[in-house]
Amino acid sequence: MSSAQIEIQLIACIVAIACAIPGTFLVLRKMAMISDAISHSILPGIVVGFFITQDLNSPLLILLAALTGIITVILVEYIQKTGLVKEDTAIGLVFPALFSIGVIMIAKNANDVHLDVDAVLLGELAFAPFDRLLIAGTDVGPKSLWVVGTILIITIALLILFFKELKVSTFDKGLAASLGFSPAIIHYGLMSVSSVTTVGAFDAVGAILVVALMIAPAATAYLLTTDLKRMLALAIGFGIFSAIFGYWVAHWLDASIAGSITTILGLVFLFVYLFAPSKGIIAVMYREKQQQTEVSLLTFLLHLKNHDELEERHVNHLNEHINWQKVRAKTVLDLAQKNNMIHIEKNIVSLTKKGDEFTSKAIDYIITNEDAQIEDMKDDFFLFRG
Amino acid sequence: MQFKILKYIQNYKMDITEYIELVFTDYTLRTITLGTAILGAVTGMLGSFAVLRKQSLLGDAISHAALPGIAIAFLITGTKDSNTLLIGALISGLIGTFWIRGIITKTHLKSDTALGLILSLFFGFGMLLLTFIQKQPNANQAGLDKYLFGQAATLVESDVWMMAIVTGLCLIVMLTFWKEFKILLFDADYTKTLGFNTKIIDILITSFIVLAIVLGLQTVGVVLMSAMLLAPAAAARQWTNSLSVMVFLAAIFGAFSGVFGTAISASQNNLSTGPVIVLVAAVFVVFSFIFSPSRGLLFKQIRFIKNRRDLELHKTLTFMHHIAKTHEDISHPHAIKLLNNFQGYTKNTLRKLVEKDYVQLKGNMWSLTKVGFETAANLYTKQTTEDE
Repeated sequence: MSSAQIEIQLIACIVAIACAIPGTFLVLRKMAMISDAISHSILPGIVVGFFITQDLNSPLLILLAALTGIITVILVEYIQKTGLVKEDTAIGLVFPALFSIGVIMIAKNANDVHLDVDAVLLGELAFAPFDRLLIAGTDVGPKSLWVVGTILIITIALLILFFKELKVSTFDKGLAASLGFSPAIIHYGLMSVSSVTTVGAFDAVGAILVVALMIAPAATAYLLTTDLKRMLALAIGFGIFSAIFGYWVAHWLDASIAGSITTILGLVFLFVYLFAPSKGIIAVMYREKQQQTEVSLLTFLLHLKNHDELEERHVNHLNEHINWQKVRAKTVLDLAQKNNMIHIEKNIVSLTKKGDEFTSKAIDYIITNEDAQIEDMKDDFFLFRG
Repeated sequence: MQFKILKYIQNYKMDITEYIELVFTDYTLRTITLGTAILGAVTGMLGSFAVLRKQSLLGDAISHAALPGIAIAFLITGTKDSNTLLIGALISGLIGTFWIRGIITKTHLKSDTALGLILSLFFGFGMLLLTFIQKQPNANQAGLDKYLFGQAATLVESDVWMMAIVTGLCLIVMLTFWKEFKILLFDADYTKTLGFNTKIIDILITSFIVLAIVLGLQTVGVVLMSAMLLAPAAAARQWTNSLSVMVFLAAIFGAFSGVFGTAISASQNNLSTGPVIVLVAAVFVVFSFIFSPSRGLLFKQIRFIKNRRDLELHKTLTFMHHIAKTHEDISHPHAIKLLNNFQGYTKNTLRKLVEKDYVQLKGNMWSLTKVGFETAANLYTKQTTEDE
């Protein structure tokens, strides 16, 4: 590994961490699309900053771009407050307009500026190590490493200082306000951090992929845990993993580093989306099926309790009477037998004592409108789940 | 060749008549103008549904999600034929849409997270593929990145035909299923109870929205496509409460954004068409937000001020009535000093009351007239008050 490679991976990791922290809160506050809007609408800020400083890494440029980000948020909120359109429409109206202004500003000055939209939107990590920061003539490392490093340190410091405030205001705005934290200040603080991070990172990974680094690790982590600290840690972990692994995939394919980092993020998300223990798609579908069978079982037991006639309780009549298919009827019957709820004698089904008790309790809960209690009861009665 | 003509146009400062003449005679300009106009109309039309269904940002997500489809279509076929690439874009856009839906319905992630996820992940994957293609020893790949920012100048007649056909198809489907679309839009549960298959109607609308977005990619590009979908519809929404009028207006706003945008960008140096169209559409939106008679900010403010004045007038009159009530002669004069700001008294309200003949002034004294007294007595008991 050459030193340039190490530097690239280091920058990628720092960007990933710096994005994952505000990203977690954006996902939790249902403001993920705001980060997309900010990442586009900072373009005019970057362009104006670039006209003034002629340097893509200057602090002034970052400040101006972050300011544009805040202006976007304020504009969106203003349009929303007028009640003329819904919130998401407001977002969708503001950022393309600002982005267009940026594109036109670049196009009109294309001859005098060395800046093009592709660079802003897509970024190129591979070139980052070439732009060195020189202090008093000595090379202290790539410029963007220092920029994103500073942003990361500030973000972490703010996170540690205001963790409690952030946590409370994210989950309970009313409580936060009554405890004396201004939700507005925290809101705009978070927006500022997101804007600054976006600007600091766009140079390395491009504006659109900043969105991926913010949202994807946080969303993936959210599928695995509901604990804020663990979610932050997981998001950071996913970010770092994708950054390093993505770099090597890009190296191997000889393609865009940012693109391959995002692709890895996507694959990680897909994997978790499918296989997460309790919230993954497979687990959810399994649970849905289980519940379906258990509801059928309950219906069946109620049917048995309601009917003393032998012909209503004959095994072969199950299909006709409750209108089930053969397979489903068999699954339900098996489940009931395994749980000792019924016994079958000469093809006549009847409730056991346990089954009778279960059904009576269930009826009680249904009559008193406490259906949710049935779930707890299942834990007590069932030896096997559906 | 096309660029040459455009440059030729751009190098002349044209006046309007000259430009209009050019639109009819010049092949390139005519194609582009027609293309952007049709595109604006169809996106405006379908955008109305997206906006009302609260799927405004879906357009943004889909347009980004279409990118890997374009790259894969190119990798498989090796051609740059825009129709082939659009089919790729359509497929990957639809996959993105249904994945978004899957995330929202099956997990506890919210719609904004799902949109942002699909948008950025698909786009990143598309970037990976595009850069991968660029490294391939294949001279044919140049020009794929026009889908990123769009280049209206590359529109050719066959593209415009394609747009026209899709627009026609869209119109036919929309007119056939108008009733179903409308009822699903405003009351999904009722639609279900009527026995319509909401899933199929839903998929039909969404697929057409995806189709419209994919069509626009070549012209305005991935990033700005969502504005094409939203802006005309958001502007049209301000002028009407009727769905049919809104769809019609949105189509017109969209078409005019396309025509004006093309005209402005053609008459200036170095102006790409996409951003200009979006800005023109944004102007439509701002204008509608401010000047729409029933919802607009301007008239809302005017109504607000007018209501406040009426209220002040009524308050003053009531206060006068309270004083006058205690005297046998209702027209007994009282000092103006008695009235104060708190009762809504200003010089203006007093003058207005005099104009309406409710009050008479004599020097520093006022007195209620008979008409004024009766009006004041009935002010809050009347069922309906006519606007004053």
